[in-house]
Amino acid sequence: MPVKDFKGQQVWQRRTSRESLAHWIMWLIGVAVFAYCWQQISVSTTWFFVWDAPRIANDIWTRATPPRWAYISQLGKPIWDTLNIATLGTIFALILAVPVAFLAARNTTPSRYFVRPVALLIIVATRSINSLIWALLLIAIIGPGVFAGVIAIAIRSIGFCAKLLYEAIEEIDETQVEAITATGASRWHVMAYGIVPQILPAFAGIAVFRWDINIRESTVLGLVGAGGIGLQLSSSLNVLAWPQVSLILLVILTAVVISEWVSAKVRGAII
Amino acid sequence: MSDIQSRIGTPWKKPPFVQRAWLRWALLLGFVCYLIAAYLTIDVNWTRVYVGLERGKQFILAFTSPDFTSRSGDIWEGMLESIIMTIASSVVGIAISIPIALGAARNIAPLPVYLLCRSIIAISRALQEIIVAILLVAIFGFGPLAGFLTLSFATIGFLSKLLAEDIESMDRAQAEAIKASGSRWLQWINYGVQPQVMPRLIGLSIYRVDINFRESAILGLVGAGGIGATLNTAFDRYEYDTAAAILLIIILIVMSLEYISGIIRERVQ
Repeated sequence: MPVKDFKGQQVWQRRTSRESLAHWIMWLIGVAVFAYCWQQISVSTTWFFVWDAPRIANDIWTRATPPRWAYISQLGKPIWDTLNIATLGTIFALILAVPVAFLAARNTTPSRYFVRPVALLIIVATRSINSLIWALLLIAIIGPGVFAGVIAIAIRSIGFCAKLLYEAIEEIDETQVEAITATGASRWHVMAYGIVPQILPAFAGIAVFRWDINIRESTVLGLVGAGGIGLQLSSSLNVLAWPQVSLILLVILTAVVISEWVSAKVRGAII
Repeated sequence: MSDIQSRIGTPWKKPPFVQRAWLRWALLLGFVCYLIAAYLTIDVNWTRVYVGLERGKQFILAFTSPDFTSRSGDIWEGMLESIIMTIASSVVGIAISIPIALGAARNIAPLPVYLLCRSIIAISRALQEIIVAILLVAIFGFGPLAGFLTLSFATIGFLSKLLAEDIESMDRAQAEAIKASGSRWLQWINYGVQPQVMPRLIGLSIYRVDINFRESAILGLVGAGGIGATLNTAFDRYEYDTAAAILLIIILIVMSLEYISGIIRERVQ
């Protein structure tokens, strides 16, 4: 225990002087890095606009309220498209994620040194790129529309679902698998009766969780032209129709809250 | 047949996932109906898709020969801006979210403070980064400041919620022991609460840095600074080799961040 002699009295201290010096240097480096970053941001900012911001914000607020409620009649189809993008995207992603997860899990992969790294690479690559970027790319390839959105959401979700699923597979109870193997079951039988029942609850939970996230993401996919309500948002923003923008934002907020509620309910029922 | 069955009993069948039969069939039927309805309303232009496949092949081939050099200036600038935004917004976001997390933990904060902090968290979590970025760009003008503010705002919702949950499930005995020694409120937080939640706070912070970097890559699409603008331009000009190079750099940075965070989290726990 670090104790300091203070005028003949022993005083308890949390760290030794060496530790506190190391802490101090780390903090110094941290503060210096942050100061540099802040300076860089400050250089590329037009400060006049920032000082003007309260007035602009107030201006936008007065333009955006009240929302143009009549516009809601045109939002039915975009909302349906958004729902489709999220749901179909999640289904495609799950179909593709299951084999990837089985190839990536240590206890089910056919080859630990060759197949597993490839599966892990697929997981990292699809996870680290945002669905908006996938959408940009797919629009350049297969043209704008709902289909590009579905594929973008599907690709982005593969990594997420496969990662959670392979972690669930690695945590299964091996004794059950052994019991099935002991009955003389084939490799596929072991998978169907020994592994799948153990990961099914996790699988259902992951599916609903990802669906909830996908609803959020698909509401903005339209900003780059991939269908859904984001398309309406983008066109309203382009013509500066702020009352429509505020209505769309309200609709998106409601959709997000409802999907989160549904997902929480379903996950509560499963687990 | 029935004779054999009476001797060995009915063969075992795998129990279905949903126990009630009518619910199982209703779910299945509803699902099929939904799929048909969804399929009918999505009009896929298959000839356009077929034409586009050639371009898709080119893009995938571009990954084998990514072009880091011809636009290296733009890539470097955009990447640096993304990283700067990530660091600055993580620092500010974490610094703000710690007091909010303390306020949102029911075992520390009084009810009015608790409700206020919880509503801040709810608002921050309900709004997506990109929508916040659009509004902030409209208010503050183009540039990394809007992106920085967006990411800080998003960090608050994420970190405060998870940290508050950790504080709520902490061990009361330790905190009480510090209080019994006659500590002031700040000392109580510093010696009774903070050591208990520190491993989780570090883990969550690193995870959030990772998320902030990934998000900073798209904020450029709406003019909030970062690599997104360069990437968008590369796609618009069909410069797939440059786009492939940018995507590879993003993947590489995310991978190394994940690796580092794994090491650090192992050391703290």
